[in-house]
Amino acid sequence: MRSSRFRYLLILLAACGGSVAPRVQPSATAAASDTRREQTADQQVQHALNRLAFGARPGDVDRVRAMGVDRWIAAQLAPERIADARVESFVKQYDVHTLSAAELESRFPRPAQLLAQLAPGRDRGQLTKADSLKLGQAARAYREIIGDVQSSRVARAVASERQLQEVMTDFWLNHFTVFAGKGGPQVYFLAEYEDQAIRPNALGKFRTLLGAVAKSPAMLFYLDNWESAVDSNRPRLTPVAGGGRAQQFRGQLPAGRQRFRGLNENYGRELLELHTLGVDGGYTQADVIDAARALTGWSFRGARQGGGFQFIPLIHDAGAKTVLGHALRAGRGIEDGEELLDIVARHPATARHIATKLVRRFVSDVPPPALVARAAEAFTRTDGDLREVMRVIVTSDEFFAHDAYRSKVKSPFEVVVSALRATDAAMDPTPATAQIVATLGQPVYGHQAPNGWPETGAEWMNTGAILNRINFGNALAAGRVPGVRLAALPAVASLQNAPRDRQVDGVVALFLGGAVSAETRRVLVSGENPLLSSPAAMDSTGAMASAMVPDPDATMFDAPMRERSAKVGERGPLRYRAFGQLPPLTGVAQVIGLALGSPEFQRR
Amino acid sequence: MDRRIFVKNGALALLTMGLSPSFLRRTVFASELARAPKGKVLICLFQRGAADGLSMLVPFGEGRNYYEARPAIAIASAARTNGTAGALDLDGFFGLHPALAPLKPLWDRGMLAPIHAVGSPSATRSHFDAQDYMESGTPDDKGTTDGWLNRYLATQGTCEQCTPTPFRAVSMTPQTPRILQGNAAVVAMSSLDEFTVRAGGSQADRLEALYRTGSADLVHGAGNEMFDAVKMLRAANPQRYAPRNGAAYPTTQFGTRLRQIAQLIKADVGLEVAFADIGGWDTHVNQGASTGQLANRLDELAKGIAALTADLGDRMDDVVILTMSEFGRMVRQNGSGGTDHGHAGAMFVIGGQVHGGKVHGRWPGLVREQLYEGRDLALTTDFRSVFREVTTRHLGAQHPERLFPEFSAPGAVGLLG
Repeated sequence: MRSSRFRYLLILLAACGGSVAPRVQPSATAAASDTRREQTADQQVQHALNRLAFGARPGDVDRVRAMGVDRWIAAQLAPERIADARVESFVKQYDVHTLSAAELESRFPRPAQLLAQLAPGRDRGQLTKADSLKLGQAARAYREIIGDVQSSRVARAVASERQLQEVMTDFWLNHFTVFAGKGGPQVYFLAEYEDQAIRPNALGKFRTLLGAVAKSPAMLFYLDNWESAVDSNRPRLTPVAGGGRAQQFRGQLPAGRQRFRGLNENYGRELLELHTLGVDGGYTQADVIDAARALTGWSFRGARQGGGFQFIPLIHDAGAKTVLGHALRAGRGIEDGEELLDIVARHPATARHIATKLVRRFVSDVPPPALVARAAEAFTRTDGDLREVMRVIVTSDEFFAHDAYRSKVKSPFEVVVSALRATDAAMDPTPATAQIVATLGQPVYGHQAPNGWPETGAEWMNTGAILNRINFGNALAAGRVPGVRLAALPAVASLQNAPRDRQVDGVVALFLGGAVSAETRRVLVSGENPLLSSPAAMDSTGAMASAMVPDPDATMFDAPMRERSAKVGERGPLRYRAFGQLPPLTGVAQVIGLALGSPEFQRR
Repeated sequence: MDRRIFVKNGALALLTMGLSPSFLRRTVFASELARAPKGKVLICLFQRGAADGLSMLVPFGEGRNYYEARPAIAIASAARTNGTAGALDLDGFFGLHPALAPLKPLWDRGMLAPIHAVGSPSATRSHFDAQDYMESGTPDDKGTTDGWLNRYLATQGTCEQCTPTPFRAVSMTPQTPRILQGNAAVVAMSSLDEFTVRAGGSQADRLEALYRTGSADLVHGAGNEMFDAVKMLRAANPQRYAPRNGAAYPTTQFGTRLRQIAQLIKADVGLEVAFADIGGWDTHVNQGASTGQLANRLDELAKGIAALTADLGDRMDDVVILTMSEFGRMVRQNGSGGTDHGHAGAMFVIGGQVHGGKVHGRWPGLVREQLYEGRDLALTTDFRSVFREVTTRHLGAQHPERLFPEFSAPGAVGLLG
């Protein structure tokens, strides 16, 4: 059904002799791409930029077309060979990316801990004025940590030249999701997790990625493995009398619960269910328990001890285990967990699960089984080399099929980032842009449950979501989105006094890949509402609530969910009111507002 | 203006434009489900941060077991007050915190049913996990992706005589809370004023035209539904309903949201499930007693609920208000004049048809060996018993086993029906 619509479009384009969309003229340079592919050469360029990147910046389409789509894809699959100095230097301005988690924690302690230091008994009444001030500043600095982590990730997605690596980072951060609002030391771990565990391995070996995640304080804390300990009825590596020896570790662990209550299955379960085999991967509850037992002792050092992963032999379950039919013999330590990761990373169910998820993300909400099979085969053949798995997926006929074109619904993150890329927006050093992403329903590091954000359109599309997206588009067109200066954009400036149909062509080229449905174009050009007789049927009163991000403070659960940055904004210098009342849009700004709010822009 | 007139006008307005409200198209699916009873409304209020049940519903009858554990923060019994306000005696053993005085008339009229020693059977003292469990309805199972209120909506159709509307479930929060996440459609908004297309001039009409034409895919469908909903809300104009019966809502965000829930009910937009939350309950430091930090939170909660019930008047016969908080707090006060994370807590069920005037739940006592892990109020009522009873007996849910899988504890708390 979609393909017939596109055929119709093509006929229409041909009939109009290119005046509808001058940018989709077939070009000689694109002829290098595979002719068996169903998409036209220009669709392939758009498609690749929408799937392997967060959309096109001005000029990208011409660049990819000149280079040839296959060469561009090959280049994106080797991010280590792409210079990215501008983004790297931008990101270095953030403490969260230059300091270790332990340094962050000691420099920006949690306000509650500082209060305990300043006032024994935590009585604020005892504080001197200077200490009170100090506490206020510390609280603000602490709150800014999460804002910085979120903003820098949005900035990277907008401006990085290594677009596929950023898209893959987005994918893996969602596959291996962690939640900023978990409390405790979680916020200190996030940047390190992203920078060290995820991004460098996003196109690497799956086993390496899995191992980096398994040893990351972010995941160890999020899924509680850091405090998972041998049950009292199981053998230890060294016999202990009572719990006495466990005491020696107390000082080395982060504040919070410092006693080991026994086995915690949380990570062991999600490792099998979400991270590797998948829910139908053929494991049993006994496998979950033994996986969790194999991982006992995988924990992390407290900030004062320098932070980072540590294996605690004392709380490791040294008994024999059986996981997925593999025997793990008794008496071993950290090797148990390593072997467990080897087993699950190389399990056929894992190849299938990861292949399915990647195809769903990059090709279609309904993954074509043949492509999943080929991707899974590549996963197994290359021992989980993600670069090769991705190469199979994004050079496949299925990827370049008619049905795949613009078939995916953008996530809120993708909506915002693609709009910022289309407008060549400057990277925003404030939390404002990240707060817009949150307002649209996808706060960065803000997914509570370990299953991550949805990867299919039906889950993203609902009444409130579409309303927020439309309001975002109008706000951007009205100049209310930081970093966006439409007037400074050559493609827009040249349209300022152009006739309406040229404005529409220009905007469609910039935001909608040069092609829209006939109906959409009619609405954009006509400036009339073909349906309603009375204009201004809806007003624009009221103010959209400020965008929200989870409060990283340990007491975040004290506040209604995801509504705490309003508090932050009142006190800090980073106050930002998203959207608010907008002026009537005219001229090219009006067309941009419509284009960003259009059904086409919601897709990639 | 009642719902019939609205439905006529609203539907007429849409039909004259040659359109059928797109949410009506979803009724094919809905009609195969069991039907909800007409006009019943459930309002869930989440006290985020773990409210101190022992201060909300004061067990003054425990005597020194209670007072010695909390020398600085206990609430005096009515008989023991010395100038400061004491607990408002309910039954000679329990009393309401004095800041909850606005709820006392509801107790006197038999509309307030408190439950004590209620909560999650999970041992967790993590806010994160406990809120997750309370909203998913599956304690100690983190794999559940939807919330129990959404499972209700997804397993039960709207009532026989009702027109399905996009406002069947509304969360007055910026994003859909866990409790309402799932397959059934839910509208989340920070405020009624926000639920509009934000653009001047004819931009909104043009945008609507973009969605009214073209293919009938997912994105167009959501857009159509949104424009229908925005219009429906405009036509119903809930904001025109001023509070009645002298209802005075707190001028806070929470108070405003309760007022807007009442407005949605009065505007007859088909609201069946509403949700709002209120924070500030994590009182580790300087909790206060009859006055202070916690008293201020309780004051806002009680004034909000009292205003809501006054405002709704006779409609309260069809409404149940349910309060919840992820766990209670330690029996013994800590070194900072506050309380640390505990286990069981207290909930309120309020409505014209609830069995009020009685404190529900078995009281486990506060003697050390009666406490959970030697420190917290023990649990005698699983929160799922309360949720199950409210959804079945008030909303008429016919598949409680789908709402709370693997929960088969027999018996009713006796709150309703």
